[in-house]
Amino acid sequence: MQSAAVGGKRGARSAALRARRRTLRRGWGRGRGRWVGRGVVWGLAAGVPLVFLGVFFAYPVVSLVARGFVTDGGLDLSAFAEVFGRDRTWRVIGLTLAQATVGTAIAVVLGVPGAYLLYRTSFRGRGLVRAFVVVPFVLPTVVVGVAFRSVLAPHGPLGFLGWDGTFAAIVTALVFFNYAVVVRTVGGFWAHLDPRAEQAARALGAPPLRAFLAVTLPALTPAIASAAAIVFLFCATAFGVVLVLGGLRYGTVETEIWVQTTQMLDLRSAAVLSVVQLVVVAAVLAAAGRARTRRERALALGAPERVTAPRLALRGPDRRTGDRIAAAVTGVVVLGLLGMPLGTVLVRSLRTGSGWGFGNYANLATTGGPNTLNVTVWAAALTSLRTAVDATAIAVVIGGLVALVVSRRPRARNARRAVSLLDAVFMLPLGVSAVTVGFGFLISMHRPLGLDLDLRGSTVLIPIAQAVVATPLVVRTVLPVLRAIDSRLHEAAAVLGAGPARVLAHVDWPVAARSLGLAVGLAFAVSLGEFGATSFLARPDRPTLPVVIFRLIGRPGADNLGMAFAACVLLGTMTAAVMALAERLRSGAAGEF
Amino acid sequence: MSDDAGQPFRVRFLGSGTPETSPGGGGGSGLAVRDVVVHYRDDDGTVATAVDGLSLDVTPGEVVALLGPSGSGKSTLLRAVAGLEPLSAGSITWDGADLVGVPVHRRGFGLMFQDGQLFPHRDVGGNVAFGLEMGGIDRAGRRTAVRELLELVGLEGFERREVSTLSGGERQRVALARSLAPRPRLLLLDEPLSALDRALRERLAGEVRAALVATGTTAIFVTHDHDEAFAVADRIAVMDRARLLQVAEPVELWHRPASRRVAEFLGYEAFVPVDDAPPGLVDVMAGRSGGPGPAVLALGPGSLLRDDALDGTLAGTVVSSGFRRGVVETVVDVDGVGEVTVVEPSGAFLSVASALPGPGDRLRLRPDPAAIAVVPA
Repeated sequence: MQSAAVGGKRGARSAALRARRRTLRRGWGRGRGRWVGRGVVWGLAAGVPLVFLGVFFAYPVVSLVARGFVTDGGLDLSAFAEVFGRDRTWRVIGLTLAQATVGTAIAVVLGVPGAYLLYRTSFRGRGLVRAFVVVPFVLPTVVVGVAFRSVLAPHGPLGFLGWDGTFAAIVTALVFFNYAVVVRTVGGFWAHLDPRAEQAARALGAPPLRAFLAVTLPALTPAIASAAAIVFLFCATAFGVVLVLGGLRYGTVETEIWVQTTQMLDLRSAAVLSVVQLVVVAAVLAAAGRARTRRERALALGAPERVTAPRLALRGPDRRTGDRIAAAVTGVVVLGLLGMPLGTVLVRSLRTGSGWGFGNYANLATTGGPNTLNVTVWAAALTSLRTAVDATAIAVVIGGLVALVVSRRPRARNARRAVSLLDAVFMLPLGVSAVTVGFGFLISMHRPLGLDLDLRGSTVLIPIAQAVVATPLVVRTVLPVLRAIDSRLHEAAAVLGAGPARVLAHVDWPVAARSLGLAVGLAFAVSLGEFGATSFLARPDRPTLPVVIFRLIGRPGADNLGMAFAACVLLGTMTAAVMALAERLRSGAAGEF
Repeated sequence: MSDDAGQPFRVRFLGSGTPETSPGGGGGSGLAVRDVVVHYRDDDGTVATAVDGLSLDVTPGEVVALLGPSGSGKSTLLRAVAGLEPLSAGSITWDGADLVGVPVHRRGFGLMFQDGQLFPHRDVGGNVAFGLEMGGIDRAGRRTAVRELLELVGLEGFERREVSTLSGGERQRVALARSLAPRPRLLLLDEPLSALDRALRERLAGEVRAALVATGTTAIFVTHDHDEAFAVADRIAVMDRARLLQVAEPVELWHRPASRRVAEFLGYEAFVPVDDAPPGLVDVMAGRSGGPGPAVLALGPGSLLRDDALDGTLAGTVVSSGFRRGVVETVVDVDGVGEVTVVEPSGAFLSVASALPGPGDRLRLRPDPAAIAVVPA
């Protein structure tokens, strides 16, 4: 090699060293050693979450499903025919799709004006409204159910509608729950949309509505589609809300799985329904994934440096009809749909058998009426907090690793495919029935993977189950931020002498760390309110807050109900406080929730 | 200079070094690109050859401009040299040491992007200091170096400014300071001025040149703008469709383009085979053949001067004329030659008597032999 003669300024020793190093390097063949080493590191980063998901998600779910299809050691698919032969099955599937479709449509129709108002105009108190809008989304499903019951019950403020226990009640609650998803997903995208395209259309003579329909709406479509897919998913797999509001007449596939497993002890039907749900979820996720890719691409194209939102114009010569419509719709939604249930819960929590007061809150230190609870509500709150801390830690580590791996854009095509597959796989827990996960845990953790170990009584299962549910949210929060980092920023750092590890530490970490704050908050809120899986796993002497609330509303007695309202306020306050903290840490980047 | 690609590059400060002892000024042979082929794979899986068997040398201390139309593969070549694109064939060496397999961060090369790519979470000082941190320079040393570098690019006292508050020109100055900070043995500049407006671009081109010379930095400067290339470079390499067409010093390149393609790209407008040229043109070009074989005369703006007196040996019809920054440019369809732009100082048109020539007017012209190139046919 000609270089042996060069570099005479240094000693022969270092020249020899260099020559050896070079030979070593060439021994690997065009620097392959480096790639092998990095492959191991990335393999580990992808492997740890995969093993976690395999053991604590796939294995329990598959165990449960397999139980429905295996009789006497042989595969038996007759359950399919049997279950699909029942009218009840078709009614449940129809109801699930109907309420998810209607709920999604209403959430989108109401959410888009909200997104405009909260992200494309500026007015006093906008930050407050934005924060308020998120509260329902992170509220525990049980609380949402109780809140709507209290509004729609015959003696509630909207009791005259006669909606208690009807399809309309469920759909309204689903919209209440998912409104924030549409507002934030579409709003976050809209805020970054270049307004000049619409301005160009206006300058070309299009009236405001035409310009919006012809230019802005198509540009927003990927974001709307992505939000709709997520909302549909949440609606189709809703459990707590439907269980509380639907009673026995209305149910979803998810509540039907719960009924079949816990009430009728019919595992075969439950397994069939789990498969049905899995198919629906996979289809919706595929659609969501496609919409997401388009949205990320749309944003990447010429995002302006800063878009300033004009002031809301409701009056005066500059008033805009669009602003007025958006403000009216959003006002009704925020005050009526979101405000009334929350307010009613608060009011009812202050009403005791003997008038107004804090009696219900005082009762939180008791175990309720006879035969109601085994622990005080405060003790359950403490259990909830402890569990949520553990679950959040697990979810953030696992979700962070997944987001990191999935955000890479490897050169090799197979590696790129592997990355997008990993992305899709980790979305699955978002849609797979939490009931299936919880019940799967119960039956599979008896002797997990053949080990002589009974984890069912262990308290570690609850945080793990909650982490499985929360991980996709962490991924979806951190991933867009990591993906938004220009790959040339990595290159700039590498060229300035930063190795791969230091690029991660100095470029990706500082940018992603801020979104991690929101991820922590979301994971915490989700595990605080998680009910589906926890209801199976919580031991009677260590229930979490949502389990306690569900128990309280299921027992007769005005005192128990009053306590349930007070406990809802407690849980809601805890969740809102966590989210408010996390929101402060949020960066300007557009996450999905 | 070190030939050891495995070592992090040494970092020295601007104040303590002179160009003679700076990284580029050592006794090494610099960069050698040999028969390099780079394939570019699109997202849809189609493979294109972005760089096709290209060889290029850059000696230490030299600034080479890589000039070519967009899509000619110059940026890909630059990224391959930086180690950001894998080679399909060929070799890239520095002072004889093969760089294949040396990761980006160990090459000791700097790279400056068209849009700066400043780190948004760091302030100006933090951006400039990044490479110094990676090189293990202590805090005090970094502070001194950052101050000197910001001074060099004309941004004294900008250390604590957020990068989002900077204008486009300021960003590129910070990017330049950042890439100069670790004293790269080779600085690669990827259209660093293209995103700026014209006046700023012209001013900054001079300033970049001055900063490179002041720091003795060896550099490759990619651009699609000839004015920029001529202003910045010691030598210009013209690239088109993945291949290198010519490497020459600016004057040489302008007056002796190696082929008609190069001449066209540089802005030559009319091409006349010597054998078919009108006598007025052939006479003045006598004795200046382009070597063996048939030759073509290339005429561009400035090749013909207006000469209304009788000794104007060529004549043509005005196609259009326009005013442009102190000159009047008149496109003339010259008999036997083709359309050529004639440039005159616009001051001559101040008096009412001499109006701008209008379409259809006949003009007499005189060739300027020094401004006509002879190109192999």
